[in-house]
Amino acid sequence: MIPSRTSHSSSIGPGVVPRGADPAYDEEVKREYDLRKNIPHLGKGSKGRPFSIDPNVGVMTRTQTPYVTGTSVLAVKYKDGVLMACDTLACYGSTKRYKSIQRMKLVGKYTVVGFTGELSDFDYISTLLDELEMTDFCQDDECPRTPKEIYNYLVRVMYNRRNKFDPLWNSLVISGWDYVEKKPFLGCVGMIGQHYVDDHVATGFGNHLARPLFRESWKEEMTEQEAEKLLKSALLSCVMRDKQMMNKFQLSKITADGPGEISEPFAIDTRWGYENYVNPTKYAPGAW
Amino acid sequence: MSGIGTGYDLSTTTYSPDGKVFQVEYACKAVENGGLAIGCKCKDGVVVAVEKLVQSKMLVPGTNKRIHAVSKHAGMAGTGLVPDVRTVVDRAREEAANYLSFYGDAIPANVLADRMAHYYHLFTLYWSVRPFGASVILATKDSNGYHMYVLEPSGECHKMNGCAIGKNKAAAKTEIEKLKFGEVLAKDCVKELARVIYKIHDEKDKDFECELGWICEDSKGEFRRVPKEVADEAIALAKAALEEDDDMDDA
Repeated sequence: MIPSRTSHSSSIGPGVVPRGADPAYDEEVKREYDLRKNIPHLGKGSKGRPFSIDPNVGVMTRTQTPYVTGTSVLAVKYKDGVLMACDTLACYGSTKRYKSIQRMKLVGKYTVVGFTGELSDFDYISTLLDELEMTDFCQDDECPRTPKEIYNYLVRVMYNRRNKFDPLWNSLVISGWDYVEKKPFLGCVGMIGQHYVDDHVATGFGNHLARPLFRESWKEEMTEQEAEKLLKSALLSCVMRDKQMMNKFQLSKITADGPGEISEPFAIDTRWGYENYVNPTKYAPGAW
Repeated sequence: MSGIGTGYDLSTTTYSPDGKVFQVEYACKAVENGGLAIGCKCKDGVVVAVEKLVQSKMLVPGTNKRIHAVSKHAGMAGTGLVPDVRTVVDRAREEAANYLSFYGDAIPANVLADRMAHYYHLFTLYWSVRPFGASVILATKDSNGYHMYVLEPSGECHKMNGCAIGKNKAAAKTEIEKLKFGEVLAKDCVKELARVIYKIHDEKDKDFECELGWICEDSKGEFRRVPKEVADEAIALAKAALEEDDDMDDA
């Protein structure tokens, strides 16, 4: 199997080596191609080069469906920064398999990245971000990467992988303090590289459950307390409706003071004693 | 053969009759033209200092750094031919990143020192390349604590408690020998090293900047430039000590 390259180079992007860039690698690829030239779309005449190849199977497809996933990430801007929240659960299908996974990552001093979707793919993204941070550290110019730069980087990574027909199965939320423009930053990238910045963001099921609440209640110049209250009420709505969510959350805060903080896990008060829940079938004709 | 050379000095692939490789010795000479770099192992870390000779008044202060981070837990202070130092530092960064991606753990001090020594040594083996005219002090932290290594153009690598390379290294060595390695605290050692740099600096030479770097408990185990306040204080003390010395001499 051709080793996929973790490392990214500024000119060719992560894990992708165009033909002619590295003759030794081309040689290796040619050998791999010759091994299975009977598989039509991998044969000599083909123009494409699959991202990952397994000698026994041909094109590897196991990375093309998610297995262990995290659900919604919610984030809102407020007066002095950004708050982001998500639970600590990674589901295997719908089994609540891993219950203490931190789904947000601090990148440098001013950025927090949260993920929805495949856990292992985010692990790979973490490696990339760590490498990126290390180069920044070595630069030693007191000029760390801004959240916007990290956001743009991740957009390129995601889009690049979707072009290989091997997308990273994540939606990423990037929050941070832009110390150049002196204002909070909040953006979102999807698994095929679709991206936007906004005042409030939610991924996964949260996009349907929490986003309407944000649209209703979010206002500019919110205080931290107001923002936290809004987030927690959105978390409540999510956790009571999303079966892949768990009542164990973490909240990250990032402000001009940096470095960003990710809180200890906490639970919120849920109430299941509603009249409709006591005898759920009563109001649902046809159920049993 | 032109000049004073006795022959046998055009390539590292030729020994002289008395068993020397002149190119390597010339490389060591190049290091000694570089400006002083010193380092000291402390109780809670390693401190390095460099006398950066400033070639011109037009140079922006703080540019042309001689102290570089290699990764979070390792850094280098170099002297000699500055571009050679940069190549060595780049290689060290590569080694550190490579080790991390392959083994999933930070590179241990001895492994990094060893690999860098091999890299140095490679350039003493072929006629087609020139040995590095640069020496570096490598300051690292790993699971066994803090370490300091010195790498030389020949490919030699020594683990040291105190060291001096570059211009006037002999004089600097006698000063550094007086320090209590492994006992002083890094924050005190910064002052000592700044004092040595100022004391050893040859007044005939051009102007210089004193660069300070450390990896210690105060820097949370990361290799960092010494924070400005601490460095400024150390340099002010060093200047004061120097004037005191001068006064004593005059009296």
